[in-house]
Amino acid sequence: MIQFGPAHVIYILEAVRWTVVLSLVAFAGGAVLGLLLALARVSRSILLRAFSAAYIQTVQGTPLLILLFLAYFGLSLLGYRLAPLVAAGLALTLYVGAFLGEIWRGCIQAVPRTQWEASDCLGLNRFQQYAYIILPQAIRIATPPTVGFMVQVVKNTSLASVIGFVELTRAGQIVNNSTFQPLMVFILVAALYFAICYPLSVASRALERKLNVAR
Amino acid sequence: MAFDANGAVLAEPQGDAVVKVRDVVKFFGQLKVLDGVSLDVKAGDMVAIIGRSGSGKSTLLRCMNGLEDIQEGKIVICGHEVGYGQSNRADLRRDVGMVFQSYNLFPHLTVQRNITLALTLVKKKSKAEAQRLAEQVLDQVGLADKMLSYPEQLSGGQQQRVAIARSLALSPQVMLFDEVTSALDPELTVEVLRVMEDLAKGGMTMILVTHEMAFAQRVANQVVFMHKGKVWEAGPTRELFSSPKTSEFAQFIGTGL
Ligand SMILES: Nc1ncnc2c1ncn2[C@@H]1O[C@H](COP(=O)(O)OP(=O)(O)O)[C@@H](O)[C@H]1O
Ligand SMILES: [Mg+2]
Repeated sequence: MIQFGPAHVIYILEAVRWTVVLSLVAFAGGAVLGLLLALARVSRSILLRAFSAAYIQTVQGTPLLILLFLAYFGLSLLGYRLAPLVAAGLALTLYVGAFLGEIWRGCIQAVPRTQWEASDCLGLNRFQQYAYIILPQAIRIATPPTVGFMVQVVKNTSLASVIGFVELTRAGQIVNNSTFQPLMVFILVAALYFAICYPLSVASRALERKLNVAR
Repeated sequence: MAFDANGAVLAEPQGDAVVKVRDVVKFFGQLKVLDGVSLDVKAGDMVAIIGRSGSGKSTLLRCMNGLEDIQEGKIVICGHEVGYGQSNRADLRRDVGMVFQSYNLFPHLTVQRNITLALTLVKKKSKAEAQRLAEQVLDQVGLADKMLSYPEQLSGGQQQRVAIARSLALSPQVMLFDEVTSALDPELTVEVLRVMEDLAKGGMTMILVTHEMAFAQRVANQVVFMHKGKVWEAGPTRELFSSPKTSEFAQFIGTGL
């Protein structure tokens, strides 16, 4: 048995990078997709509303693990052999997009209807209403649930280990397989997840305070 | 002002009416909320629409501004036919301002930005020009010192005056007011009514739904009494109040509201 030592710690610390990268990809891709889905959900086109609702329902009803399998093994069967990072990024983007789409739809709809009417009466067109009146208020409402969900996403990136992507959790498993010191290893891994997620919560609270002051 | 109570027309429609409402019928689902409403408003008129709660006053005002669709009839304001969700709304918006019971200021923007937003985005005014107009209208409603405040830092009466200023800044031909003092304490009501009275004296064409009977009697030159979705009785204020023609109106003013 190999002793749990500095080399292992460094190996695990380096894997933090991949958890962060995957999280960032998932947020960025998911945010773009989520915004499009949210706007489609509240659009005036029945087709767009139906399509986005169907997408959200379907993805929310599918375990992330299955999405990861589909993106990695499924697509490779079809001839698209994606690198684990790409496959995991894709699956997480689809997943995060569906959830953010639903969260943000709620936030957009939480802006009172009278704000639409008042801005309409001033002659703003629909784009201007979204850009200057509705979205700025929706963002304020959306901050806490969005950050809460981001924390979930960081933790959910651990599932990418099943397709062989060496992020924090997978690195912990690898080290544990050679050292058999699960307690030490996984406490370190847990502490590192906390170190990523905690600043997110702090930043969220700071942001909320700032948004509350600026109004 | 044309008047249409149970089919009886008491006055000829005016040729120079800036607002023409003709035989408007409006349903909410099965509920007939406006039942053949017609009225005309001349430039410079101040028309008070009164009546019991649920008689269709707000709905009429909202239809006039295209916030609700109508099932029958026609509404023309300043030469623009009003259509719900229509794309030529910009023309209507340029000429008609509206103030709501709940102020509806934009909470995330300063008083100044509340006023300049449409000036710069819609009217394409320069920043300096928009700023100058904002100062002017805020001064007009007595709130020149609140330029940089946020709505929540103001009292209800102040917020409502900002809402009036915001609408006024776009220099509309006609202004619609829907129970703009109903959410206010009596002291705050006074300051808002004073602003509206000044506007009326300045010749603004105004249509207001109100429960302030004393104010309506004193300032409005035309009164419309609505009942069950119809214009039940309408005419010059003094005439109407001195000799009610229908028992419903007599009862309405008799109860002192
Ligand atoms: N959006 C709506 N949906 C359904 N019914 C409505 C709606 N708005 C108003 N009503 C109904 O229409 C009638 C007239 O309402 P309203 O115009 O607000 O009356 P008023 O302003 O005279 O009190 C009422 O019976 C009211 O319940
Ligand atoms: Mg009303």
